[in-house]
Amino acid sequence: MNVESTVLHDPTSEFAPVNQPRRRPPTSLKGKIVALQDIGKLRSDEFLDYIEEDLNRRGIKTLRTAKPTNAKRAPVEILQKIEKEADVVVQALAD
Amino acid sequence: MKPVSSIPPDGLIAVVKEDCPTCRLVEPVLQQIGSTKRGIVVYTQDDPTFPCDVPQVIDDRTLNTSFDLEIETVPTLIRHENGQEAERVVGWNRADWQRVTAVADLGEELPAHQPGCGSRSIEPDATYKLRARFGDTGIRARRIQVDQFEDEIETCFDRGWSDGLPVVPPTPERILRMLEGTSRAPDEIVGQVPPDLAPCTIERVAINAVMAGCLPEYMPVVLAALEAALEPNFTLHGILCSTCFTAPLIIVNGPITEKIGMNSSLNALGQGNRANATIGRALNLIVRNVGGGRPGEIDRSTFGAPSKYTFCFAEDESDPEWQPLSVARGVTSGANAVTLFQGEGVQGILDQRSRTPRELTRSLAAGLLAVCHPHICEWAHAVLVISPEHYSIFRAAGWDRDRITDALLEATTRNGEDVVQGAGGIAEGVPKNRAGEMVPKFPPNGLLLVRAGGQAGLYSAILAGWPGGRAYKESHPITREIIE
Repeated sequence: MNVESTVLHDPTSEFAPVNQPRRRPPTSLKGKIVALQDIGKLRSDEFLDYIEEDLNRRGIKTLRTAKPTNAKRAPVEILQKIEKEADVVVQALAD
Repeated sequence: MKPVSSIPPDGLIAVVKEDCPTCRLVEPVLQQIGSTKRGIVVYTQDDPTFPCDVPQVIDDRTLNTSFDLEIETVPTLIRHENGQEAERVVGWNRADWQRVTAVADLGEELPAHQPGCGSRSIEPDATYKLRARFGDTGIRARRIQVDQFEDEIETCFDRGWSDGLPVVPPTPERILRMLEGTSRAPDEIVGQVPPDLAPCTIERVAINAVMAGCLPEYMPVVLAALEAALEPNFTLHGILCSTCFTAPLIIVNGPITEKIGMNSSLNALGQGNRANATIGRALNLIVRNVGGGRPGEIDRSTFGAPSKYTFCFAEDESDPEWQPLSVARGVTSGANAVTLFQGEGVQGILDQRSRTPRELTRSLAAGLLAVCHPHICEWAHAVLVISPEHYSIFRAAGWDRDRITDALLEATTRNGEDVVQGAGGIAEGVPKNRAGEMVPKFPPNGLLLVRAGGQAGLYSAILAGWPGGRAYKESHPITREIIE
């Protein structure tokens, strides 16, 4: 089967690389709120519980969020909540 | 003719489409050739079951082979020899087909000749798509592959290429089509676009014109507008990084406005006309994408303005007694030109009671005093867009452009004591040491008159300029001829 993709041409000066660079992680978590995102796989919550306990013990605030299922992308509401309320996000993979 | 590797290196080839009467006419001929020992390979552009009863029919609905063979007419009969084209016959001509096929009695029952139809591979737009798909586009800008499940418009948003509205995805076929709008070489550098002073090629202009929604015939206007904007005295960098409301406004003169369907009449300053809307947008997208001028970064406008999306219109030149703006600014009458103005949005002036030029002048002048601030003088230029009904008052009295301009400049000149800082309890104003002077509102040549608008409405419109215009020797509107 012929799978076609679309080609676009860059309208910019191409001073920037084609892939957007990842945002640099913070040098410290002091004063930051860490979102702990359960991606919906089995035992994600166990893993996140462990991380949360560790972070809280170090005085770092956490925010728990969860995808309804690992089979789909996170709902926009959850992404907006993380963007608005947290500084850093940990997406837990488990099994 | 280049050798084509995917088709038989030797023998007969025909390219046909079922939709063509001449192709249908030659169907028995193709059957006759197909039944000979030599045979024939038939490429069919639209219906893979046509022609019937021919042993070797190849589906060419993708038009790949038609493109490679540079087919312009169907039917086309080709004889290949050692991988090269030896002979080609276009349409049906019995004698030629008999000679090329070496079948002496071929098509004896058919008329001696009948012209063919256009190949599907040269239908409008097909050329560009086929070149993009099968050929070398020659486009130098970086290729970005979008996955089949991604939405190209969302990709453009994600990459920061949009002004906030959806853009037309810049695919190779669209860029090739846009480049047909100019005879200039794609790799020619138009100039360096601020703030990054990035070199901008014709090709890069075409890409952004595609995204803005332009038609190829708008390209000469887009290019002239960009060149005018890049002239040092337009100070594009300054208006971009300013905290003011300013954007590059484009006023177009000359017969090209009619040719490309620009609007100078009803709603000329508003939405609804493709050329007006997209030419202005293309310029702003070039500044954003090529120059790197994005709001929140180098663009520090406190409020911004709708004109930062697009602001372009044509002058109404329907009255032979009216001297067009471009002519007033030195361009030959009848030539096409753009005037780039550092402007804000639209401030309307409503006057339904003036009946004489003097009354109307005073009234319009009162509105013009509000540019920047009623007490700020000689800082900003302005464009006054005069509606047909307001103009008719001047015209009936025999007032031309110069006379209206002079009268408005006189009427907007203020007693210094009325506009100095602190006058009337208003802190803003001209320096106090000018209290004894007559102070002109506008810098020299700082008031531009343009005719536009619908027939009904005793209104005119002020397009306020940029306060940076106070350095008028270094920053002022630019007029430039459009080269087609």
